[in-house]
Amino acid sequence: MVKKIYFQSIFFSFFFIKEAFAAESGGMPQLNPEFWVSQIFWLILTFGIMYLVLSKLILPKISNNLESRKSQILENIEAAEKQREDSDAKLKEYDEIISKSKLEANSIFNQAREKALKDIGAKREVLDKQIDNEIAEAEKEIDALRKKAPDKINKIAIETSSELLQKLIGAEVNNSSISAIVDDLSKRNVDKYYGN
Amino acid sequence: MAANPMSQFDVYRIGPEIKVGAFDISFTNASLFMILSTVSILLIFNFGSKKNSILPNKIQLLAELSYTFVSKMISDTAGSKAKPYFAFIFSLFMFVLFCNMFGMIPYTFTVTSHIIVTFVLAAFIFIGVTVIGFIKHGFGYLKLFVPSGVPAVLLPLIVVIEIISYLSRPISLSVRLFANMMAGHTMMKVFGGFVISLGIVGGWLPLSFSVALTGLEILVAFLQAYVFAILTCIYLNDALNLHH
Repeated sequence: MVKKIYFQSIFFSFFFIKEAFAAESGGMPQLNPEFWVSQIFWLILTFGIMYLVLSKLILPKISNNLESRKSQILENIEAAEKQREDSDAKLKEYDEIISKSKLEANSIFNQAREKALKDIGAKREVLDKQIDNEIAEAEKEIDALRKKAPDKINKIAIETSSELLQKLIGAEVNNSSISAIVDDLSKRNVDKYYGN
Repeated sequence: MAANPMSQFDVYRIGPEIKVGAFDISFTNASLFMILSTVSILLIFNFGSKKNSILPNKIQLLAELSYTFVSKMISDTAGSKAKPYFAFIFSLFMFVLFCNMFGMIPYTFTVTSHIIVTFVLAAFIFIGVTVIGFIKHGFGYLKLFVPSGVPAVLLPLIVVIEIISYLSRPISLSVRLFANMMAGHTMMKVFGGFVISLGIVGGWLPLSFSVALTGLEILVAFLQAYVFAILTCIYLNDALNLHH
């Protein structure tokens, strides 16, 4: 579209130019050689100076800047790469240390538990033995006491009853006859007293 | 005078007449805009290369982008052998570009709209490329006119055509730039004249055309500078790497 307009307008403009040529005797100023030498001279002068300044002073600087930036970026990338590798290695080390210490901690814990269990077992055995001994002694004592108890009771009963009789009757009673009665009674009631 | 679309191409003397022998080298408006272009190029690239920061500022970025743009253009078309001519092609591209762009400012003069300027540049390139070709390849450079794989019957014709096309290089190179610039600027002037003559009622259409044309002409100004530089690279490539 733009191209079409462009060419159409060029076409139209040529009419105008034709008229202009007709109107002015000079025609295209480009074809007037009056200032050709001047234009050539100034072109060579300005372009030459610009070329010299650009090629000798400015372009080497720009190329230098670009090179130094490139190399610095490369260096930085390299350094970053190296640091990443370092950090990776350190991370690995750290992981190893962690896993190692975990294992150690586990083994220490296990050992401590075993030891504690052993200690507890040993102490319990000792305590069990002691308790058994004490129970056995206590049972023995109880047995002894139980065996002695009827005799003592009988004795107490005889003495008490003899004293009682003496106070009640005022006469002395033969101990042997009382003991015979007590024995007889206790034998008869032995079941009732001891629950055997 | 102002209504004439060609009057914008008039060259006139600024200041006194300077004569060296028989030659008139007076300072003209063309000289003024050549100086303006070169001075602005030098200023921009001077400020763009002064500080070397890793993160470039705007003007440094501009300078470095132009540098890499031209350097890529040369290495793409003419290969690594063209590196010594980088500064020349860079200057050429920048000079043509800035002259074209300066011409886009209203009331300015377009240096590259004059055939003599573009022809001197093109002739210099033509002679330079030919000299480089003969220095690099000796008389073997003449093989450029004998393409390989052409039947022997056609060879006389082909060689003549090749020689004509080679000799017409400076003309096509210079006329292309000059004609593009002149046509574009004339057209803008014509449409500007239409805006005035049609007035407030009908002037809007040519005015909108003028706006569109301004954009197009800026594109053309860049494109012609690029074409001029890239054709120089291609000619240089022929001289440096004889492919035929």
